[in-house]
Amino acid sequence: MSTTLSRLDPQAVGLTKAEYEEIRRRLGRDPSALELQLFGVMWSEHCGYKHSRLTLRALPAEGPGLLQGPGENAGVMDIGGGWAVAFKVESHNHPSAVDPYNGAATGVGGIIRDVLAMGARPIALLDSLRFGPLDDPRARRIATGVVAGIAGYGNCIGVPTVGGEILVDPRYRGNPLVNVVCLGLVRRDDLARSKASGPGNVVMYVGARTGRDGIGGAAFASEELDERSERDDRSSVQIGDPFTGKLLIEATLEALRTGGVVALQDMGAAGLTCATSEMAARGGVGMDVALERVPLREDGMRADEILRSESQERMLLVVHPEAAERVAAVFRKWGLNAAVIGEVVAEPELRLTLGGRPLAALPPYTLADAPAYRPAASEPQRLWDLWKLEALPPEPDPRDALMTLLAFPDIASKRSVYEQYDHSVQVRTVVAPGAGDAAVLRLHELAPKGLALAVDGNGALCALDPYRGARLAVAECAADLACVGAVPLGVTDGLNFGNPEDPEVFWTFRQAVSGLADACRALRIPVVGGNVSFYNESPEGPIPPTPIVAMVGLVDDVRNSPGMAFRADGDVIVLVGEPTGELAASTYLRTVHGVDAGRPRDVDFEVHQRVLGVVREAVRAGLARSAHDCAEGGIAVAVAESAIAGSLGVDVVVPAGSHRGAPSSRRDAVLFGEAPSRIIVSVTEHAVPALFTLAAQADVAVTVLGRVGGARVRMAVATEGPPRRDVDLSLEELRNAYDSLTGIFA
Amino acid sequence: MRAGVVIFPGSNCDRDCVHVLRGVLGQDVAEVWHGETALEGLDAVILPGGFAYGDYLRAGAVAATSPIMPAVRAFAQAGGPVLGICNGFQVLLEAGLLPGAMLRNHVQKFQCRPVHIRVESTRTPFTRALREGQVLRLPIAHGEGNYYAPPALLATIQDSEQVVFRYCAPDGRVVPEANPNGSLNNIAGVCSPGGNVLGLMPHPERASEAILGSEDGRLIFESLIAFVESRRPVPVG
Repeated sequence: MSTTLSRLDPQAVGLTKAEYEEIRRRLGRDPSALELQLFGVMWSEHCGYKHSRLTLRALPAEGPGLLQGPGENAGVMDIGGGWAVAFKVESHNHPSAVDPYNGAATGVGGIIRDVLAMGARPIALLDSLRFGPLDDPRARRIATGVVAGIAGYGNCIGVPTVGGEILVDPRYRGNPLVNVVCLGLVRRDDLARSKASGPGNVVMYVGARTGRDGIGGAAFASEELDERSERDDRSSVQIGDPFTGKLLIEATLEALRTGGVVALQDMGAAGLTCATSEMAARGGVGMDVALERVPLREDGMRADEILRSESQERMLLVVHPEAAERVAAVFRKWGLNAAVIGEVVAEPELRLTLGGRPLAALPPYTLADAPAYRPAASEPQRLWDLWKLEALPPEPDPRDALMTLLAFPDIASKRSVYEQYDHSVQVRTVVAPGAGDAAVLRLHELAPKGLALAVDGNGALCALDPYRGARLAVAECAADLACVGAVPLGVTDGLNFGNPEDPEVFWTFRQAVSGLADACRALRIPVVGGNVSFYNESPEGPIPPTPIVAMVGLVDDVRNSPGMAFRADGDVIVLVGEPTGELAASTYLRTVHGVDAGRPRDVDFEVHQRVLGVVREAVRAGLARSAHDCAEGGIAVAVAESAIAGSLGVDVVVPAGSHRGAPSSRRDAVLFGEAPSRIIVSVTEHAVPALFTLAAQADVAVTVLGRVGGARVRMAVATEGPPRRDVDLSLEELRNAYDSLTGIFA
Repeated sequence: MRAGVVIFPGSNCDRDCVHVLRGVLGQDVAEVWHGETALEGLDAVILPGGFAYGDYLRAGAVAATSPIMPAVRAFAQAGGPVLGICNGFQVLLEAGLLPGAMLRNHVQKFQCRPVHIRVESTRTPFTRALREGQVLRLPIAHGEGNYYAPPALLATIQDSEQVVFRYCAPDGRVVPEANPNGSLNNIAGVCSPGGNVLGLMPHPERASEAILGSEDGRLIFESLIAFVESRRPVPVG
């Protein structure tokens, strides 16, 4: 390719003519053919954040406890006691569309190395997944392949997969989303960074050998998918080796303990090119790198292949020269390659040679700092039409509606998925997948403290209102954390959108970022870093705007963290927050009536904070026996889920309240209407007054809905006139509906 | 007790075992690298779970040929207690220290969830403090836990009381529905003829603290500790 590539053909490497001119301006000359290829990968959207960088500045990146914000391999927050957590989300959407197993597996491997690069031991994974409807054979093949890939990699490396979400929508049929979150734990004093420094320090390549896989992966991630992708882009997908990934974790942590490592970075997207140029650029230094010293998988690899390969399980280290042998010995002990391939030089120039022959010499920043654009944005006019709710369809039997909702993949039990993931290794998992609204990990280092994690996103709502949808995602994460008693620390965001050069797509991106920023400011937490994935389009069109929010929180005492399951007959079921729910933009309207319309409700974060405060206090005080956020499907689904989880029946009466989006006479709005800031808590009868006192102090509405007991789930809407039992179903019937995914994933 | 936890490349429950033995039970623990060839001064040896050498061949097959394994074999032959958990069990089978073999789970999928197992034999160092018929709740996390032995061998190990644990319902009934992986006769753990080598698929180290939902696993370690202490010469004076 390097021989056939015209020196003046920027399009062949995915760059525009204007970008080529910018390269010439920065270098003061024409780039060589090889250099142009390096610019091609580094200035790809995936590596360069060209279309997102300026917009992302709106996100809050400061706050108490923030040790490392955006700009490093992962964000880091202080958790006290000399410890810190590193976390980050990464997308692997396009590779997963083409090769679901390997695409997802390497997504796991990649995000783990980002956390590892901060010196942290990875202690948890979460996955946020989007697929087409699972009755579609291709969507099903992708979904089962992705789940198998996550299991295959995550189980082997011994990092528990403790949570996540799976949502389906026809708009993800051609372009699934696979976003993986990793959380790591590190002593504050042991935090590592990727800033190269110290002329004379050696540049050490460690891990697996470099092969011809994943070449051009960053560029592939920056294009739309089309009919030929599945056939032609296979070679852009990396192949993971979790065994080597596990060795790399242990060897890297052991090498860091030698004290000889100055800086390190994963070789992920754009491989060696990215690691050398970014590390040097961050340190304001240069590097001399001799490519013939790179451990290769096969003979005859060209320089451009070595530089752009995205072979997995490789890291780049900057090491004190006197420690080089000691550090290398650690990697060799673990059966990994370690090779000094160059050294840090004072002059800020990245000089690449092969057998003494100069190949490229250019300031690292020219590669690492891609140009930033401010794309045109225009509000899609059709949104206004979608916000109008026409006359609502007549109400179906609420029993049927409840069963339909419980069986809908977004809501249905993910047991058949998470049982394929090792979620208990590392002996930290206190609230396991499916057991609560957020995963809880105990910290024996800081007992009885723990960490809580949740990930949420809602493309369907963001398609209707990206600003409100993004705020709702943040609000839901915070609610999930409150249910286990956690105070939010920070957020990492995975921003998945279509083509940013489409003004309507870019408008949704700007709106979503703005919503995230406002919501995180309201919660007074930083966005510590994240990922942007553009060009999520297929011949069927762009995906819905899909910002994914992963939130990490701190739990004072994990012994008090409740699950979502009801615990005992006679416990009192209390709704914390206003009963009011809305049908507009609800999962109920979408799934039961096929109506994808209405404006999503907004979050009043002042109210939200007070509601969550009451729930957190109830958990801390040991009052809450269960806590569950009312999300998709409203109060009825939340109560049913807690009943199924606890294998206990309920008898509840839901107050009609007032309803802005639908006439209050509609029972479906009461049962299935949605709104943020509503949490179902169960307490013993004796604890009811204490809970009510907490609520009164915070001026938060609380309503007793009923009691736990029996083997049937009974729900009624409180209306004037004779009471009517709207739902009366056995736990068995509900569980059968709720287990709808078992046949697909198990 | 001074226990050695063997670390193979790809072991991933070694730290968990060390945590329980050292941090929870206050025992002395040596972390033994697979490349070592001697096991000096140890009262017990534990082969932890994980994916030793990636398990790209049969699970445990490569680890069974590790430099440390001759020492493990000698330790076992001298009557020393050896516990293989999950992948460690697979390694012991591949090394011929335990009878039988492991197949892929009959459901063809990795399975991670709590199961119940019934104590079938209390003649091992790991179960002597338990009751026969006692039910333990422990998590499993494996893709290849489908225990198999040819009919003659199966008859032998059953007759000679080498089946130590069986998957069971919460009430102790050994029923097919309680079998998570297709193991013959619900077998979850087997021991050597002498009883001092035990392999089991569930993870006792993941169920040794109340905060993790079960403390039943600790009973197995405590039984081992009591056994080791009982063998020590009583100090005089």
